[in-house]
Amino acid sequence: MTTATAPNVTATAACRDADLLDERKKQVHRAGQGPIDMACNRESLAGAVSQRACVFCGSRVVLYPIADALHLVHGPIGCAAYTWDIRGALSSGPELHRLSFSTDLQEKDVIFGGEKKLAAALDELIDLHKPKAAFVYSTCIVGLIGDDLGAVCRKMSEKKGIPVIPVQSEGFKGNKREGYLAACKAMFRLVGTAPTDDVSPLSVNILGDFNLAGEIWIVRGYLARMGIQVVANITGDGRVDDIRRCHGAALNLVQCSGSTMDLARMMKEKYGTPHLRVSYLGIEDMADSLYAVAEHFESVDPGIVERTRDLVREELAALMPRLRDIRRDLSGKRAAIYVGGSFKAFSLIKAFRHIGMNVVLVGSQTGTQEEYRELETVCDPGTVIIDDANPLELSHYVRELDVDVFVGGVKERPIAHKLGVGFCDHNHERKIALAGFEGMYNFAREVHASVMSPVWRFVPRRSQRAAVPTGADA
Amino acid sequence: MTLDYVANDGLCAGDDAVAGDCDCGGSCAEFGAGCANGCADGCANGCADGCADGCDCSEAPEAGPETAPDDCGSASAALLTPVALKAAPSNTGGGKPGKAPRPKRPDFVSTTNACKLCTPLGAMLAFRGVEGAVPFLHGSQGCATYMRRYVISHYREPMDIASSSLGEKQAVYGGGPNLKKGILNVMKKYDPALVGVATTCLTETIGDDVGGYLREFRNEFGDLDLPEIVHVHTPSYSGTHMEGWNAAVRALVDQLAIDKVEPHGKVALLPGFVSPADLRHLRDLVTDFGSDVVILPDLSDPLDGPALEDYTPLPEGGTPLADIRALSGAAAVIECGRSLAMTPTGPSGSSGSAGPATAGRVLHERFGLPLHAVGLPIGLRETDALVAALEAVTGKPLPRRHELERGRFVDALVDGHKYVSGKRAVVYGEADLVIGLVSLLTEIGVHTVLAATGTRGAHLAESIAAVTEGMLPAMPAVIEGADFEEIADTAEGLSPDLLVGNSKGYRYARQWNIPLVRAGFPIHDRFGGHRLLHVGYAGAQALMDRIVNAVIEKTQSDSPVGYCYL
Ligand code: SF4
Ligand code: SF4
Repeated sequence: MTTATAPNVTATAACRDADLLDERKKQVHRAGQGPIDMACNRESLAGAVSQRACVFCGSRVVLYPIADALHLVHGPIGCAAYTWDIRGALSSGPELHRLSFSTDLQEKDVIFGGEKKLAAALDELIDLHKPKAAFVYSTCIVGLIGDDLGAVCRKMSEKKGIPVIPVQSEGFKGNKREGYLAACKAMFRLVGTAPTDDVSPLSVNILGDFNLAGEIWIVRGYLARMGIQVVANITGDGRVDDIRRCHGAALNLVQCSGSTMDLARMMKEKYGTPHLRVSYLGIEDMADSLYAVAEHFESVDPGIVERTRDLVREELAALMPRLRDIRRDLSGKRAAIYVGGSFKAFSLIKAFRHIGMNVVLVGSQTGTQEEYRELETVCDPGTVIIDDANPLELSHYVRELDVDVFVGGVKERPIAHKLGVGFCDHNHERKIALAGFEGMYNFAREVHASVMSPVWRFVPRRSQRAAVPTGADA
Repeated sequence: MTLDYVANDGLCAGDDAVAGDCDCGGSCAEFGAGCANGCADGCANGCADGCADGCDCSEAPEAGPETAPDDCGSASAALLTPVALKAAPSNTGGGKPGKAPRPKRPDFVSTTNACKLCTPLGAMLAFRGVEGAVPFLHGSQGCATYMRRYVISHYREPMDIASSSLGEKQAVYGGGPNLKKGILNVMKKYDPALVGVATTCLTETIGDDVGGYLREFRNEFGDLDLPEIVHVHTPSYSGTHMEGWNAAVRALVDQLAIDKVEPHGKVALLPGFVSPADLRHLRDLVTDFGSDVVILPDLSDPLDGPALEDYTPLPEGGTPLADIRALSGAAAVIECGRSLAMTPTGPSGSSGSAGPATAGRVLHERFGLPLHAVGLPIGLRETDALVAALEAVTGKPLPRRHELERGRFVDALVDGHKYVSGKRAVVYGEADLVIGLVSLLTEIGVHTVLAATGTRGAHLAESIAAVTEGMLPAMPAVIEGADFEEIADTAEGLSPDLLVGNSKGYRYARQWNIPLVRAGFPIHDRFGGHRLLHVGYAGAQALMDRIVNAVIEKTQSDSPVGYCYL
């Protein structure tokens, strides 16, 4: 966004920014106005209504799609109930992950400790569901009552003959990011425990894709056409046995800055597996990612570059004409982005450019200093950059910047809708595949469907009581 | 089952080649290989792969029930009132549930697919029903975020929940400073009339003395214009969201309705956890009797408001604080919920604090207000009971409009009874909702074969016996403390024809290929769940229509004939 399209922004911002809680100011920045110094990644401020989630939430997001594992939430019921089958992480086989297991701690467990109940729960659930592994998530009060998760898991692992892995995800110990790390540590205990004989030299693991609405299948489709074997999906449509042998893969493809980078680092350190940061969102990112993979394997298989180029060409040939009409309609409209990780924001900014839209606000829950600095370089001057926003702040900017469509999670939707702004789901609960070239079209179509709907002319910010001309009063 | 790696659904379907028609406005140029020759090829791929979405689930529901209804506390409360709830047999006697359920493990300790939510969620919702309130969760950030998301998915409305955002340090040293700082920040940002503080498992476990902190807070900041602050203890390891709701309503009354005021003759209505549509209907009903009404809490506007031009930090509507403070002047209090009415008194009650166990009883005992304890007014008889209470309080007969609604409903009972007579239903959810639904189902001729709630100590069996007495061939199976796997285990032996309850039972409806008639909270898989009407004669009608139509629709779609005249 430039001042040409919104001359008043800076002026109003100056006075409105004054409304921000003093301590929050460091988490808001306007691109092009002085050096960026975001005090991000600190504990959420008490009393602010943060969109931020807990450590447990981070771990749960990452591990949840492993479909043949038992996911047992050790704690009171809420933590498990709120995460029951809420994500569109699809599985092509077992669907154990779609059940919600909890030790459902009661008062007496809190007083006397929950270890016995945990052991009993594992005992009965493993017998019943015969999972390939079990993840045991620690929640806040487990961290307080001091259950020795490790010991219980070790014992049950021996007894049942499957890996039973504690996930140290006590909610209060930080935010989602720490949860990602805990999840990676848990998975890393599986890695390297199965043979890798049949793994091809042209092989990868897909990290950080959760197969929402089948996205990982789209990516796997591309990789298959390039002649690449996928050893493990980590974690969308994930399987325990695949993860156990994923150290045999020649390369890790890591999507999304936060969630699985730690696992890639651990694998690099222990097994020397190189990794590539990739993104499947948007045309450039998808194509660049595939080209980067091709380049990586060029020395092993020189034909791969040509195959990849053909693939991209075919896909674009199919996609671009279909985007054209959409872009014509959307050109000049304004978008706001508020997503879990700032890495995703990069892709979205580019995706919006493709459909002719201006991004006027970018925010994330878990961005780092470095990421925000990078973000600024790809933003138009004047774009508002915000860390860990609360609803008031979001709504304030949505209004100030006259946003046409808002991309965010389920919690942001009602704010956007209340103010009469279009909304596009972009979190772990979405049911539309946004990855790859197909995904770009889905994305464009969804944004288009929302922005072009006639309903906006009836919302208060656009118009009061639009009467239909009768023709009689001409 | 296996799925091919599918291309995305329907993308290419019907969309044909686009040869030569390139007008990509230069964006392709950014990656040389793309555009030049690309567009000439047209769309050749993708279309072949269909969309294989429906993955049928291979796991049968397998967990076992834990316990029979546990019977703690006595039901003394039921008899407080002129409109006493019918005393019920103490035992589920009456009849046997159909076939024997398949093998189960009565000693299963874990919970699979909970049929309850956590305690503070209910408290947050109840606080949201007060005008100018900010619900505030004293605990770590995650709980608040989860609850907001859950609530929003049902109401499709903003729902701010502030949190004291305790971190590791505070978990060790106590959450007092964060609580105070949090309230100050909330004051700055929202200028609330009320801050409704609920504890979480975390702060209950570390033993935070919230009452004490709040006293300190009032002393330290007495010079500021402080909002009312009401707090409630809501550890999730004892109770469910329903206990949290009840405890918060009780706390609002207990902590705000202190002084005896001049009688103003309004009716105090404590409706329980019902939908915004229900609340509007109840307001109309009482108003049509010619009485003013104070509904506590009143979510109807805060969680079902109009589109706005300016975002207001706090939604409009909710029970005015002044009305709560002046509850002692009411003509009478009507408290809905048979199960609620049986809450045992004392520290073991849902409120976790001594004294009368429900908001209604606080008003009754503190100010001598006549208390009418009725069930949730779902179905004909439970609505009749509410109407009787209103007639007693106002001294006026049922207004014509509602009498007509009643008459039309009875007419519909006759017209529709054959579609559903003898159909077998499984009903689950909050105890009081379940009781109301079972009562209605029984009236329209549907046999409830299983009634289940996630709550324990709800005296569900007694109430179910009371509302079905003499009208069913057999007493339904009743489970308290149920999770969905246990409900499924039990239901499988009972060959149900339909499920009635919130969205969370969908998985089982799908497995058994029977309809799920949605009611209550949460409804995450349909549009307008919070606008569903359950209460009053109109609500009975609406529910009956939906139930009958669900049965008809199933018959119609299962039939090879394709009837269009049913
Ligand atoms: S810790 Fe307690 S309050 Fe928080 S989500 Fe879990 S059950 Fe609910
Ligand atoms: S913050 Fe703690 S208690 Fe709350 S949801 Fe997260 S892990 Fe559960």
